Amino acid sequence: MTATDQLLFEGADWDFRTLQRICDACEQIARDELGLDVYPNQIEVITAEQMLDAYSSVGMPLFYKHWSFGKHFAFQEASYRKGLMGLAYEIVINSSPCISYLMEENTATMQTLVIAHAAFGHNHFFKNNYLFKQWTDADGILDYLEFAKRYVAHCEERHGRLAVEHTLDAAHALMSHGIDRYPGKKSLDLRAEEKRAGRRRAHEEREFNDLWRTVPTGPAKSGAVLDVERRRAMLGLPQENLLYFLEKTAPRLKPWQREILRIVRHIAQYFYPQSQTKVMNEGTATYVHYRIISRLHEQGRLTDGNFLEFLQSHTNVVFQPEFDDPRYSGFNPYALGFAMMQDIERIVTNPEAEDRDWFPDIAGTGDTMGVLRDIWANYRDESFISQFLSPRLMRHFRMFHLHDDPEERAGILVDAIHDERGYRRLRRELARQYDVGFIDANIEVVDVDLAGDRRLMLRHTVVKGAQLSEADTKRVLQHLADLWTYDVSLVEADASGTVLKEYVANPRKIAAVA
Amino acid sequence: MHIVDRRLNPGSKSLENRQRFLRRAKALVQGAVKKSSQSRDIKDVLEGGEVSVPIDGMDEPRFRREGGTRDMVLPGNKKFVEGDILPRPNQSGGRGRGAGEGDSEDTFRFVLSRDEFVDLFLDDLELPDLAKRKLAEVESEGIRRAGYTTSGSPANISVSRTVSRALARRVALRRPRREVLEALEAELLDCSEERRAELMAEIEALKTKMRRIPFIDPIDIRYRRFETVPKPVAQAVMFCLMDVSGSMTEHMKDLAKRFYMLLYVFLKRRYRHVEIVFIRHTDRAEEVDEQTFFYGPASGGTLVSSALQAMHDIVRSRFRPADWNIYAAQASDGDNSYADGEVASRLLTDNILPVTQFFAYLEVGQENGLSYEMPNSALWTLYEGLRANGAPLSMRKVNERSEIFPVFHDLFQRRGPQERTAS
Repeated sequence: MTATDQLLFEGADWDFRTLQRICDACEQIARDELGLDVYPNQIEVITAEQMLDAYSSVGMPLFYKHWSFGKHFAFQEASYRKGLMGLAYEIVINSSPCISYLMEENTATMQTLVIAHAAFGHNHFFKNNYLFKQWTDADGILDYLEFAKRYVAHCEERHGRLAVEHTLDAAHALMSHGIDRYPGKKSLDLRAEEKRAGRRRAHEEREFNDLWRTVPTGPAKSGAVLDVERRRAMLGLPQENLLYFLEKTAPRLKPWQREILRIVRHIAQYFYPQSQTKVMNEGTATYVHYRIISRLHEQGRLTDGNFLEFLQSHTNVVFQPEFDDPRYSGFNPYALGFAMMQDIERIVTNPEAEDRDWFPDIAGTGDTMGVLRDIWANYRDESFISQFLSPRLMRHFRMFHLHDDPEERAGILVDAIHDERGYRRLRRELARQYDVGFIDANIEVVDVDLAGDRRLMLRHTVVKGAQLSEADTKRVLQHLADLWTYDVSLVEADASGTVLKEYVANPRKIAAVA
Repeated sequence: MHIVDRRLNPGSKSLENRQRFLRRAKALVQGAVKKSSQSRDIKDVLEGGEVSVPIDGMDEPRFRREGGTRDMVLPGNKKFVEGDILPRPNQSGGRGRGAGEGDSEDTFRFVLSRDEFVDLFLDDLELPDLAKRKLAEVESEGIRRAGYTTSGSPANISVSRTVSRALARRVALRRPRREVLEALEAELLDCSEERRAELMAEIEALKTKMRRIPFIDPIDIRYRRFETVPKPVAQAVMFCLMDVSGSMTEHMKDLAKRFYMLLYVFLKRRYRHVEIVFIRHTDRAEEVDEQTFFYGPASGGTLVSSALQAMHDIVRSRFRPADWNIYAAQASDGDNSYADGEVASRLLTDNILPVTQFFAYLEVGQENGLSYEMPNSALWTLYEGLRANGAPLSMRKVNERSEIFPVFHDLFQRRGPQERTAS
């Protein structure tokens, strides 16, 4: 009888000693049996209200002040109080140390689940996945957020709350277009960012932006001076990172406004990998908690009762409603991710003939964790699904593909189902749904009319006939024009270059004052 | 592994953000407050609570795509085969919402505290004709003793408290008493030589100790502390005059009650102390309690002047106009005997209007009636005549519960100075 045979806890109650025991037990399994490689863990126990707080500021422990967080808080608080929404059991932050929040209301079993899920599953994924390695700076993020918060508060003192609010509103509206989508640039080093911010600010306050010295004396002459190609090259056009473009080239922004755009852009970039790896990230964490807790039960460290309680929560988490179920709202990333991880385990250890055809590289190799760790490190949702979604799983979920063409009067076409003819098409289509290239509208800055009225010209390349929603677009463009301080136009054109729609927004006075 | 207990951390981060949101959404929330107050009982209204805020003006725009051809992969195929054509759901209603898109937040419920609610509810209202508003706002401050403090001006030193503290300290530190020293010095006058040296040393030690432990030390000193307290001079009395003759239906009384309650709540926000006097009248008037006022059965003829006379008498005996802000609201269906007009008019112009801040006349009508279709009643005609001569009277007609707040709002709306007497 060794120490590990003793129960971790009994019943539902826990205290800090129990938590420590649970952590140690989970860590042993995570490291020795699953071979996970994690950042140091920090576990914080919080109340439900604090959890709501964290929710409304995009899950961050500290953040600058803005009314929209208040709105989200009110919204979420109302639905929580009415019981429409349960709170997540945990929030975990991609930082080093990796911070996991545990709610005090959770039972001991739930705390075990959350620790295994967040502190080991998510944590390993954050540390090892190539996207996170490329784009995020786990060491620097907390300091950077602290800096952002201080900086925004400082701006409010110096320039007034309203001016800062206008800038932030505008920046938030463009946040999803403030991301560098393709590597090539160096990854962020947020600590250095923070240090540089101060020096840059001082410098920019003195600096004169040379680009704008080309004040036109006459239309004919200036046209000759700067030819289109050279201008576009100088401005780095076309540019799809709208926030970056504004920060670098908007003619009349104050230095502090540029810094705020930069902060919003950095934070958007920090969250970018998360949006590309939802299925994998949750799948990993769920697979890890399932393995760890099953193992704890095998070792006799969890009672059967606690294990049943765990199974019930786990089953709820990985529940996938079917498309005609009122609860259906797309694929549940937990369900899909977990099912794929388990499926990979099956293919590696116990493949069938079909699996050997589809996955010759991994079928029957026997090293489950080796294969999974490699997948976790090197894929994102799109590539993960397009490589590892097996026919067996498509049959299990009974997937089918619908093609909805509004021109087609008759109705919606069932384009593929889970049969021999459909597997590859289903898998390709599902992978496309997770392709960030398709999720966000493709909007670029194409030109600036430096010679004329300094109009900023944007283009939306319409894919599959989906145009921008008019009301929202007008309002976003208004924000954009306020930052640019000259007219802004947006052209929607399809792949062949046919213009479908054009918007123009004029800057408001208020922006010039701000 | 590091475990931290954050539960005790103060400060909900959301409070500040919530206030920012409220500030920004003020107009919207205010609209919602008014809308919700129309359908609710006034008592409940002032309990605060939830309002639905339209998310329309508060959403954050993003570039969003819609329409076009769509491809989706769904789980749970039951019977479809490749090539099937499915009818579109809700064909009539245009585009159906596809899987996982469109996060609709048309309105959401926002919980306001009681104070937030009442503030928003009354925000743009103000008392009209503010001759005595200065009185209401300037609060004279009274002074009262509030214990002792260790700092203050010399004039406020409390001798007895200081000395008693000094005594306690001297006892505690065993300062030699003067009698002991005197006794030793007396003994010194005639004593042997060897005793003399002993005594000298002893006396010297005692004196040193006395110097070290002074009779009064700065730490003993206590000053009397005073604090200023606001003395309520702002007080208001509200006269509720109601005709309870047979012609007043329950519906009319209900309308009147709502108006009075609004007035009460409103005055309560402005003044520290609000008195209410309920006067009901038929052909004679009496001062009654609230219960009787609204629910007591009464019947008889109508003489408005009786109520006015009663109000005048009460003002004279209990509420000196110099000290009180006087408000009156009269609710009636407008019936009055013709002969009474002269008396009522004289009472109003000579005695009542000169001392009241605001006199509101609310003519209540039948349910489902239309206020502009009501023929001018005897009382209405009378008051209108007075008003034409420049008397500060406000008059409105009301038929429906939902009109009460707008009328109230209308009467008390903030106005420019030139408009003040015009309503």
